[in-house]
Amino acid sequence: MIRFDRVVKKFDGGSVAVDNLSFEAQRGEITVLVGPSGCGKTTSLRMINRMIDPTSGQILLDEQPVGQIAPAQLRRGIGYVIQHAGLFPHRTVLDNVATVPRLAGWSKAKARTRAHEVLELVGLPGDYAVRYPSQLSGGQQQRVGVARALAADPSVMLMDEPFSAVDPIVREQLQDEFLRLQRELGKTIVFVTHDIDEAIKLGDKVAVLEVGGRLAQLAEPAYLLAHPINDFVSDFIGRDRGYRALAFQDAPDFPLRPEPTVELGTTPAQARLATSDGWLLVVTDGRPQGWIEPQRITVPIESAMLHRGGTVARNHGPLRAALDAALSAPSRRGVVVDDDGRLLGTVRADEVLRAIDAAERPAIDPADIAPAESP
Amino acid sequence: MITQVWQWLTSASSWEGSAGIGHRLLQHLEYSAITVLIASALAIPLGLWIGHTGRGRWMVTAANSLRAVPSLGLLFAVALWLGPKLHGNSAYVVPSIVVLVVLAIPPLLAGAYAGVAGVDPAARDAAHGMGMTEGQVLLQVEVPCALPLMLSGVRSATLQVIATATIASAVSLGGLGRFLIDGLALGEYNVMAGGAIVVALLALGVDTVLAALQAAVVSPGLSGGTSRFRGRRTRTDRGQPTASENEPGVVGVVAKG
Repeated sequence: MIRFDRVVKKFDGGSVAVDNLSFEAQRGEITVLVGPSGCGKTTSLRMINRMIDPTSGQILLDEQPVGQIAPAQLRRGIGYVIQHAGLFPHRTVLDNVATVPRLAGWSKAKARTRAHEVLELVGLPGDYAVRYPSQLSGGQQQRVGVARALAADPSVMLMDEPFSAVDPIVREQLQDEFLRLQRELGKTIVFVTHDIDEAIKLGDKVAVLEVGGRLAQLAEPAYLLAHPINDFVSDFIGRDRGYRALAFQDAPDFPLRPEPTVELGTTPAQARLATSDGWLLVVTDGRPQGWIEPQRITVPIESAMLHRGGTVARNHGPLRAALDAALSAPSRRGVVVDDDGRLLGTVRADEVLRAIDAAERPAIDPADIAPAESP
Repeated sequence: MITQVWQWLTSASSWEGSAGIGHRLLQHLEYSAITVLIASALAIPLGLWIGHTGRGRWMVTAANSLRAVPSLGLLFAVALWLGPKLHGNSAYVVPSIVVLVVLAIPPLLAGAYAGVAGVDPAARDAAHGMGMTEGQVLLQVEVPCALPLMLSGVRSATLQVIATATIASAVSLGGLGRFLIDGLALGEYNVMAGGAIVVALLALGVDTVLAALQAAVVSPGLSGGTSRFRGRRTRTDRGQPTASENEPGVVGVVAKG
């Protein structure tokens, strides 16, 4: 556990970067510090591993003040991942990852064996190990950065905008893999980002910081979306809060309707026989591939002819996915699948809305009702 | 003329003895090596320190302005000042070496400084953040990354010293410069031209050796021979719009706080 106890950081010249900050980052959880430029989130993060020392107050790591631990020793026990990865260009990927174990005094052989393991873990197996950072894409470099931080198996990880320098598609991949990894590893993670969507997606808890380094609100993402404590937080979270909150509410048992389907290769005549509706679902091996309009085809169905606009929702998955499946399907029938991706049936938007209406929202904490400028 | 130069260069007699090309060549190499070693011992640690701490950058600027000092003038000044205080060989060897060292320092200092100062700040930050001590950051990260520029400094200093060591013969120093100075005095222009050719070949030869050394010690990750994605590590993407930034009603969320 990491505890901030009335931490203040003033820089030379008197500007206050962090103002009386107190909060806890729980063991095994991802705590995201999010806020606009100048809110002191990076400064706060860097005070945990003593890259910066606070002006007053203290930070406790498992109840021990970090100020009492020598910086180098403290940092070797804490994984550190930064925006541009900061890989050492003169070392191979393998030796980059082996750096911290080597610093901790492991033998070269043991450190390299471990490095191979963590590279595998972050999805960079085999021949990547012998490459140099300049031979990797930005996303691959970030994976190496994460692997390097994990190599000595620290219980705490500090991550400073690790995914913000890669393109949106790669970013989403890295986020998903990061969450998968965290489910396996259960590290105590403090994660800094300026991207509220990333914060809401990754955080077990999200701490929203205001300019001037004050904590505006610390809560679970669903609570934050439902009950932002003041105008600053609601502005920062942005629009579509109600819709985005649906990502945290699981769908009930929908009254799923059976959906007629055909396989790829079906002839136009067979397809027209299969349904009376304007749209027909095409599956392979029970897995939905896309929609087709049987009245408009003249040749047997090929993959390239399919309408791919419809999203697919997992049964009992988030309500947001179910609503989106219904809204995005050209037939307006949202496709619901099981955990293996096999078709279970379809659900209509009004049925999802009824479920949304009935769903419980996070109860408001009485402490948040009393209007207060800063908690 | 060319035939005479060729004759001089190829006749066995001009290579033999203490005044022969062979001996002068070794002398020249010896003075140059001593000079570069002394200058490196002074300039490289200083350059590394300036680059690592960011302090004392004025010294690099000051050293660079030393390049403007005329070498021959400095040589006579130092020889006149130090010469009478020294005895025997050192009366002309020491002033010559001092002047050559002064000449070799600017490129060495600039190379070491620029090499360290140019290390990717993210790599340096990561090195500190993973628990390297200042010394480890310097030796394991900054110096290896600085090697290309540092060694370029060594090469250019070495070339300059080999070329300029010839003028030190004007204050009686041995080495290949003797052929130029004595050749001029005696009107043996074939000897002068031949000596100049030997100096040029020596410079080329030494530079080739140093280039090979540089290729051997600089990591392939830095020399660029391996890069398929060079230029892809952009430093500007911090400013790229994000999804949330495009939404009205969201306060500015670009830079890191």
